[in-house]
Amino acid sequence: MSTKKGIEVSIAASIAAKLARVEVVAAYPITPQTHIVEHLSELVANGELEAVYINVESEHSAMSACCGASAAGARTFTSTSGQGLELMHEILFIASGMRLPIVMATVNRALSSPLSIWGDHSDIMAARDTGWIMLFCENGQEVVDSIIMAFKIAEHRNVLLPVMVNLDGFSLSHVIEPIEFPSQKDVDSFLPPYKPIYSLHPDRPVTMGAYAMPEIYTEAKYAQEMALINSKATIIEIMKEFGDKFGRYYKPVETYNTENTDFAFICLGSTNENIATAIDELKSHGKEAGLIKLRLFRPFPKDELLWALKDKKRIAIIERAMPAGAANGPLYNEIASLIYNNKLDITLENYIVGLGGRDVHPEYFMDIFDMKIAAKTDKNFTVIGVRE
Amino acid sequence: MAKPMEQYKWHELNVGCVIDEPGNAREYKTGDWRSQKPVWNDSKCIKCGLCWLYCPDAAIYQTEEGFYRANLEYCKGCGICSKECKPGAIKIVGDIR
Repeated sequence: MSTKKGIEVSIAASIAAKLARVEVVAAYPITPQTHIVEHLSELVANGELEAVYINVESEHSAMSACCGASAAGARTFTSTSGQGLELMHEILFIASGMRLPIVMATVNRALSSPLSIWGDHSDIMAARDTGWIMLFCENGQEVVDSIIMAFKIAEHRNVLLPVMVNLDGFSLSHVIEPIEFPSQKDVDSFLPPYKPIYSLHPDRPVTMGAYAMPEIYTEAKYAQEMALINSKATIIEIMKEFGDKFGRYYKPVETYNTENTDFAFICLGSTNENIATAIDELKSHGKEAGLIKLRLFRPFPKDELLWALKDKKRIAIIERAMPAGAANGPLYNEIASLIYNNKLDITLENYIVGLGGRDVHPEYFMDIFDMKIAAKTDKNFTVIGVRE
Repeated sequence: MAKPMEQYKWHELNVGCVIDEPGNAREYKTGDWRSQKPVWNDSKCIKCGLCWLYCPDAAIYQTEEGFYRANLEYCKGCGICSKECKPGAIKIVGDIR
């Protein structure tokens, strides 16, 4: 029996981790941390969650402790945000290379300097190639559902990789939404206890994270890459299983109003709801625009995206991070390479919005559709709303 | 390892490159790195065992007579044994092969 209540999304994320029966949480509880780990520490302290809560001295240590716990066979969860994710950076590669099924809720925020803790995708775009499976959420319900699914994906024998559940800072993490929570009984039947192939135990000694000679490093990284690419099939399977059990179906790439139009937006995260609002408004004026939402960002869902892009002539790629000297934003670059490799004839536009928590208005997207915001000729991308 | 490292294909590796066979580091002969080696003067040796204790590669072993020698398959010639030897019984000499 599920229950529905109005709740802050961060608190809801911690309840999802509790429903998943996490055994170890390691976290560093200071800004830019969120209520996710704060509430988990309360749940553990109050005896409502039977888990070990390790209060460490930095995010680097938080991920290190998570690696140790996961290597010992515990179901492990943590959460971070912004600067904290960057301080974890080194250990993110170790978690994925050692194939440890850690789940982390990453609250996406801007990076300093200038100092900002507001929402955008600067943090995750700097950590996108760390070998983690990455899901992006549009609303609080998706956050709860994704965290529960994330454990099942991460721990699957064909996957065994860490999973990051991304949610936008403030516009998701700090808002109150009506969210449906599945019952503990249903989550238990969906998500059985974690049974590792290898774990640190004196009775069966193993070495994890050992040195790899040049003769074997390439094969080791290729094996990891294949696991990440091949995880998509399992992700799709688990999303379907989740839908069958709980009634909410998810897909790596989801579309909105794309059927009768050759124009679509592509975006990650909560901005998709603003775009959908703009699409509804455009529709009321007799204009048809579509939206392609990437729920799965790593592994990059190439086939699903190609399917969504068929019959499209013009695509606007919306990003919440500066390209930092690259030709375009990171999402644009990947979509452009996909389109080039498949010889699709699509015009691409790249727009940067919502940096450091700046409001993203649906009117922006209506203007993009109407071509009122001209793409700059001297740059490949356009920063919407920048005062020049 | 069941076969030499350079013959392993990517799909033959354990998940996460876990090593589930204890002690296979001995297959890697670190003695190849060596450009010098320790030589013991047993007349000065007091059999204290400090060289054996300090050797970072555990490459030093005790002979039946109670003196010490280096297993040159693993000895890197670092010289720590000589540095730590109180009576000065270990000399490091060039070993270019």
